[in-house]
Amino acid sequence: MLELQHVSYRVREDQEDLTIIDDLDLTVEDGKFLVVTGPNGGGKSTLARLIMGIRPVTGGKILLNGEDITHLSVTERARRGISFAFQQPVRFKGIRVIDLLRLAVGHPVSVAVACGYLSRVGLCAKDYIYREVNDSLSGGELKRIEIATVLARGTACSLFDEPEAGIDIWSFQNLIKVFESIRETSRGTVMIISHQERILSIADEIVVIDGGKVVRQGPRDEVLPEILGTSSAQNAACSRLEQEG
Amino acid sequence: MLDAIQRQLLEEIAGLHKVPEGAYNIRANGATDSRKTTAHIDIVSKTDKSGIDIRIQDGTRGESVHIPVVLSESGLSETVYNDFYIGRDCDVTIVAGCGISNCGKQDSEHDGVHRFFIGENSRVRYVEKHYGTGDGEGKRILNPVTEVYQEKNSYAELEMTQIKGVDSTVRTTVAELAEGAQLIVKEALMTHGSQKAASIYTVHLNGEGSRTDVVSRSVARGDSAQSFEAAVIGNTRCRGHAECDAIIMDRARVIAVPRLEANHVDAQLIHEAAIGKIAGEQLIKLMSLGLTEAEAEEQIISGFLR
Ligand SMILES: Nc1ncnc2c1ncn2[C@@H]1O[C@H](COP(=O)(O)OP(=O)(O)OP(=O)(O)O)[C@@H](O)[C@H]1O
Ligand SMILES: [Mg+2]
Repeated sequence: MLELQHVSYRVREDQEDLTIIDDLDLTVEDGKFLVVTGPNGGGKSTLARLIMGIRPVTGGKILLNGEDITHLSVTERARRGISFAFQQPVRFKGIRVIDLLRLAVGHPVSVAVACGYLSRVGLCAKDYIYREVNDSLSGGELKRIEIATVLARGTACSLFDEPEAGIDIWSFQNLIKVFESIRETSRGTVMIISHQERILSIADEIVVIDGGKVVRQGPRDEVLPEILGTSSAQNAACSRLEQEG
Repeated sequence: MLDAIQRQLLEEIAGLHKVPEGAYNIRANGATDSRKTTAHIDIVSKTDKSGIDIRIQDGTRGESVHIPVVLSESGLSETVYNDFYIGRDCDVTIVAGCGISNCGKQDSEHDGVHRFFIGENSRVRYVEKHYGTGDGEGKRILNPVTEVYQEKNSYAELEMTQIKGVDSTVRTTVAELAEGAQLIVKEALMTHGSQKAASIYTVHLNGEGSRTDVVSRSVARGDSAQSFEAAVIGNTRCRGHAECDAIIMDRARVIAVPRLEANHVDAQLIHEAAIGKIAGEQLIKLMSLGLTEAEAEEQIISGFLR
């Protein structure tokens, strides 16, 4: 179980205090498939970075299975079972796909096993396994390799930041299957940040984040119709504009 | 017979556990330890100076020559001249390298001057690895000079690696390419401590349609200093590309000096140079897979220098 208690993230920029995550509370039960959505700039990616430990919280606590992990490093959180697929995956000169997958698994697995992860994200394994994770990969290819590294880790808590971005519509259906199979196999927690209705529609629970706060959380069947019916994401952005203006 | 230290050096520089296949000449502490020639590859000692002539007959294909050098005595200093005469229509691999183990107080130095005369239509892959070890105060110094003369439509690929333990190195490479010839250079270099390394490349593209691609990847750590100078000179219709990509760490210094010289309107020459520290997000990505920061750094560096 992942719990965020009064989590805040404030930065100082141009002599101004910005509150990016604002006293946020969130609990994700084991075995839950949670989709986080909300307007651009609402704080979703920042929240994922706080959970992974890439940024330090400036207030509040993060608990994983009851253990306070607020002050643990990225490495320690990873070893306790948190994985994170970046919104913008990192490229490496010289590190090959197979190397990255082996690092993700944590021990030297066979090429066949590594290829299995690639196949699951819809990449023809033999074409990619020995390629470098460098500029020569397209955005969509890189994104799928990023997802494969999280699959390869198989941890209890997996975070995906806009996994669908840049992935073509034919593969999108398979990606949905991947997430469905994660839900079936993992008794852990899966948190996906997404703007896609089709991903929202397979969630157990939907969380809407806006202005660094949870503005709505509930079962998919309750929250999804509200979002679609009122196009709330759009409205939220407009209402903010109105407030600012 | 090689002793244990020399055998270990040999393994580091040439991946050799036992005597290599094909032709070879193993040099240990300033003298030839062993040699083997084949029906197509002859090796003879020079009479006027220290070194060997390697003669590869026309049409020799799929054969290799190993010419490793190991130094395990402190205070040894030598300059060795090795000339490779490669006939026409050959396809050969040449593995060279020098390993120095210096546990003494005096400096040990090996300066190898390698000249390659590559005949028409021949392909040569040259692999050179330099390695130093030993905990003595004496420095381990290597100053290799490589000269490559390529005839029409020949192809040469030079892979030069120096990852560890060499205190001071100046590597000088000069090439002259005739019509349709192609030269690929891949250099991987790492310096640490107070080491100094300089690489100087000069490639003359003399023949129509000749091409070169010189790529250096380096990592400078500790208080080490590196400099990379690449000059590509296009004298006719040709293509040249030189690239220096360096990771800088700690208090190291890196200098990259590009020089392109076009003496013909159809000479297409490009130079790229980038120096920077390891990107923070690369470290974070690997840490999010469970690696410590130091482990992440090692993975990034070893991949980069692959
Ligand atoms: N270190 C920082 N300094 C200043 N502003 C920041 C910092 N980190 C995040 N922000 C701002 O906080 C807001 C939230 O950013 P975040 O990337 O979390 O949004 P998001 O919900 O993921 O948006 P999107 O849907 O576009 O991916 C943005 O306005 C961003 O510019
Ligand atoms: Mg985001």
